[in-house]
Amino acid sequence: MDFHHALFVDNDLCIGCTHCMTICPTQAIRVRNGKAIILANRCVDCGECYKACPVSAIGVEQDDLEMIFKYPVRVILIPSVLIGQFPRKIMTSGIYNALKDIGFTHIYEVENTVDMVLEAGKQYMHEHKIRPLISSYCPAIVRLIQVKYPSLVGNIMKVNPPIDMSAMYYREKLKSSGIPQDEIGLFYATPCAAKIAAVKSPVGEVESAVTGVININFLYNRILNYLQRKYTETEPPQTDDLLSSKGILWSLTRGELVHSNGRALAIDGIKNVNEFLENIENEKFDNIDFLELRACDESCAGGILISGNRFLTVERLKNRAAEYKARENDKTRKPLDGFLNLNEHGFLGNIEPRPMGKLDEDLSAALKKMERKRRLMCYLPGFDCAGCGAPDCQTLAEDIVQGDAQVSHCIFLQQQMTSQNLLSQEQAVRITGNIWGKERLEKNCNKLGAEDENN
Amino acid sequence: MQFRHKIAGGDFGKAGNAASSVKKILRQLNIDHSISKRIVIALYEGEVNVVAHAYSGIIDADIDDTKIKITITDKGPGIADIEQAMQEGYSTATPQVREMGFGAGMGLSNMKKNSDSMKISSIPGDGTTVELITFLKSDAR
Repeated sequence: MDFHHALFVDNDLCIGCTHCMTICPTQAIRVRNGKAIILANRCVDCGECYKACPVSAIGVEQDDLEMIFKYPVRVILIPSVLIGQFPRKIMTSGIYNALKDIGFTHIYEVENTVDMVLEAGKQYMHEHKIRPLISSYCPAIVRLIQVKYPSLVGNIMKVNPPIDMSAMYYREKLKSSGIPQDEIGLFYATPCAAKIAAVKSPVGEVESAVTGVININFLYNRILNYLQRKYTETEPPQTDDLLSSKGILWSLTRGELVHSNGRALAIDGIKNVNEFLENIENEKFDNIDFLELRACDESCAGGILISGNRFLTVERLKNRAAEYKARENDKTRKPLDGFLNLNEHGFLGNIEPRPMGKLDEDLSAALKKMERKRRLMCYLPGFDCAGCGAPDCQTLAEDIVQGDAQVSHCIFLQQQMTSQNLLSQEQAVRITGNIWGKERLEKNCNKLGAEDENN
Repeated sequence: MQFRHKIAGGDFGKAGNAASSVKKILRQLNIDHSISKRIVIALYEGEVNVVAHAYSGIIDADIDDTKIKITITDKGPGIADIEQAMQEGYSTATPQVREMGFGAGMGLSNMKKNSDSMKISSIPGDGTTVELITFLKSDAR
């Protein structure tokens, strides 16, 4: 089965450097013909490559804004970090008005349904004895566990995250007001690539309730343009004002953790998460009940499509939460209408492990390949220069035993082979050209730091 | 295929490194994760035992297409009464070791639980050898 990915390489921009390849937490990138390629079965859409690329050659797909106009009712589902990234002087109502001006007829903040998510989480924790339970909130983490920690797939708390819960809720709400199902388009303003992948190829669901995705950085610019053009603060916000202070903080680090019972930890940043899961898998740490794991530093405030500074975004959301908290009490805060049923809508279906890096389905064949890989490692230099077009020597060795690369791709072994007449100079030049692109061997003064770097 | 890993006694920060390496190998060999999980847990317990009680140790893993045999050999005080040591909750760990979260007396019994066969031999004053065998396919047991 093919997995949908929201990240892609723009070959016109890619300069075939190694920044994305060496930072990728799942070794999902190789360089061929001078361009980065992303391996679909390994990529988890975390966006580390996007952040690392010096020339913005990693793209994030999104649906065309024109698509929304196919629907008479156009809902924009916004996460609280959309608001959080703007400076404080920009009022929430201004942002809502801008979204209406862009073409949306309804605005719904996705964290409105966190009470249901919490309820489902409590029920799940009660019914499942396995510990630690790992939050299903961050789709990059769910995918990371599927490919890299398959034995922990059973630890994922199969609770629908707020985005799906809110999409289902709002659709039902609109339907109940008499709007036909096919006239409703629900669009999610996404702060990251992983959430796009989650909408386009959902894990544990048949189909997402979300119609399409619009990237937050695109909306950010449109909103600022609108506000500069004509906006004067007049109208109050026009949204279902149900958002709670816990909803506002939900997508930030510790946003879920503060509501969990038992011993819980919150970890953000995919490198930190990787290190921690490695230990969890070995059962090195026990007696942990719940793990809130987020791929981005500062969680969704650090999403790759968030234009504002992530620390300031956290600050604004904390302030916003404090304001809401002050006027929140049980009497004024309306509970959600009963459009959703917890058992029917609250939980995810089965999540399949899809382990990466297996050498062969057959154990004997895999053992042979493993032995060959270990033998190859005796000869590879072992300092992970990435000169072969793979991120490190071990990955090259694995690619070689899988038939996806050759020993001569290693620039050190290649030199030895030419000096021993096992490889001609012409062959060596051709191999290097196949990896790094033929023009790589020619003079080019446009590259960063060279004479004409910006030409 | 053979795999060897050396352990230094007293270095708790590095306990688990051998288990992690073996786990990576098992993952690449496409071993069912419920089986590899047992292997890794047993090996980790073995590593902790060496770190907590012995001066040094060597882990040898031998993998063929039916099973993995892990031999953990340490130089250390040895175990005088193996039967007693196998009992859940029995521990000779020092208070300092317990404070670090180790030494609950579950190590050996956990290793037995998470392997298909376990042999243990010891010479007090010299060291201990534990041999763990686990079959790699669920139908081979």
